[in-house]
Amino acid sequence: MLEIRGLQAFYGEAQALHGIDLTVREGEVVTLVGRNGAGKTTLLRSIIGLHPDVRGSIMLNGSELTTVPTHRRPGLGLGWVPDDRGIYASLNVEENLTLPTVTHPDSAWSLGQVYEAFPVLADRRRAAGTTLSGGEQQMLAVARVLRTGARLLLLDEPSEGLAPVIVQQIRDILLRVKEQGTTVLLVEQNVKFASTVADRHYVLAEGAVAADLDKQEFTDRQDELLTYLGM
Amino acid sequence: MNAFLLYTVQGLAAGSFYALAALGLAIIFGVLGVVNFAHGACYMLGAVVAAVLLDVTGLTFWPALVVVPVLLFLFGVVIERLFVSRLAELDPLYNFLLTFGLSLLLVDLIKRQYGVSGLPYTRPEVLSGQLSLGSFHLPTYQVFVFLFSLLVCAGVWLLMTRTRIGMIVRASTEKSDLTRALGVNVKAWVTPVFGFGIALAGLAGVLAAPFRAITADMGSSFIIILFAVVVIGGLGSIVGAVVAGFLVGLVEAYGQAYAPQLSQIVIFVLMALVILARPAGLFGREENA
Ligand SMILES: Nc1ncnc2c1ncn2[C@@H]1O[C@H](COP(=O)(O)OP(=O)(O)O)[C@@H](O)[C@H]1O
Ligand SMILES: [Mg+2]
Repeated sequence: MLEIRGLQAFYGEAQALHGIDLTVREGEVVTLVGRNGAGKTTLLRSIIGLHPDVRGSIMLNGSELTTVPTHRRPGLGLGWVPDDRGIYASLNVEENLTLPTVTHPDSAWSLGQVYEAFPVLADRRRAAGTTLSGGEQQMLAVARVLRTGARLLLLDEPSEGLAPVIVQQIRDILLRVKEQGTTVLLVEQNVKFASTVADRHYVLAEGAVAADLDKQEFTDRQDELLTYLGM
Repeated sequence: MNAFLLYTVQGLAAGSFYALAALGLAIIFGVLGVVNFAHGACYMLGAVVAAVLLDVTGLTFWPALVVVPVLLFLFGVVIERLFVSRLAELDPLYNFLLTFGLSLLLVDLIKRQYGVSGLPYTRPEVLSGQLSLGSFHLPTYQVFVFLFSLLVCAGVWLLMTRTRIGMIVRASTEKSDLTRALGVNVKAWVTPVFGFGIALAGLAGVLAAPFRAITADMGSSFIIILFAVVVIGGLGSIVGAVVAGFLVGLVEAYGQAYAPQLSQIVIFVLMALVILARPAGLFGREENA
């Protein structure tokens, strides 16, 4: 579904990604782990089209993405949850949900389904987006891309800074999304969380892929990874 | 008492021009990030076009309230397409300088064509004279200007808060990149939004036409006060622009009535006080300041 070849990204003179090769197959949940500054966020921003200075190739379902304008990429199936969650203060909860148009009706969640899965969003539907708690904002950000029916979710550290009970809730949603056949590329520092939801893992270090591990290898080397990530 | 009421109505009428124009300025700033220095010139253009249309085609005040803003909208669209969009990728300062140059150009073109003495404009019969409320007598035209502007501001507010267009404008004002990444073609909204903002300045100009001296320079002092309005209300805040517009109109009118020698200063004293208390303006968000 997603094939990245030789992807380089730059911040002015500084190079953040040094030739990334990575493949995500349809229906897979793949995580990207790596220390702070490894380039995970830059990689996701490059895929969604917010990193202007990139070289190399990003293919989605066989067509080149790098030349497609940012606002047309969701229409090709991408749904992005940014690391800061990207909730609008000037939009209420329901407006935050309905701002992006439904691009893939077959897999799109209706507002009813969203509210059923996240009752707290239903209760606060008229409240300004940023009056929600951190966990609620994260759910809103995830719900927003589910409502569009995106076929490939790009999630940037959805569990970061959240209470265990909320992390559990997000995990349940991810498992449900996976069952539905949606593909997920998940940036995750929480190795436990990553190992329970993902099929495969890429370890990123200094803007390059350091390892490509399947479920078994990832579990076997979990301690080594925890030490490596400094946790 | 009657005198105070009269000053209040005068202030609210003057504030109407500020509120409408500042609303346009705020919407343009929100979506484009451009401070439109030519906004005063567009207000002037609204009044001049109304006067010229009346003179040449006999188009009276009521149809002018619609026709002139539409013309100014088209003017804004052309300016955005021809010039503003070319500088969009650069520092917003470039567009500030562009609109500054544009305002000089417009003022001199109008001066060249129509001279420096005012153009004549007659107000419609029904709006002349006084409105009597018991023992109070209020100028009909000023009351009309205030109520009409209030209606337009309320309409714009509904457009911004209750429609999908308004939602997109708010979203791209707050987080332009994210909004694009969520699939909204933000660029497609830039041109109509610019035109709409200019049209609001033009509408303020038409309303001012029967009431103020219509000269090429009428926008020059207007834009300075408009900047004070925007600073007081909070840059980019829609509600702030309207509230501060009426507030500045009132302060100006009371100043002229009760402290004429200070009337030029009071607005800027108010601005300084607001900045001291709330640097982001009355309705501005601190993080945007
Ligand atoms: N806006 C920026 N300007 C310059 N350098 C940046 C910027 N954002 C990130 N970087 C650099 O790019 C590298 C990758 O950062 P990032 O993608 O945020 O990593 P991660 O998400 O894995 O923590 C880091 O070295 C970081 O310092
Ligand atoms: Mg990151």
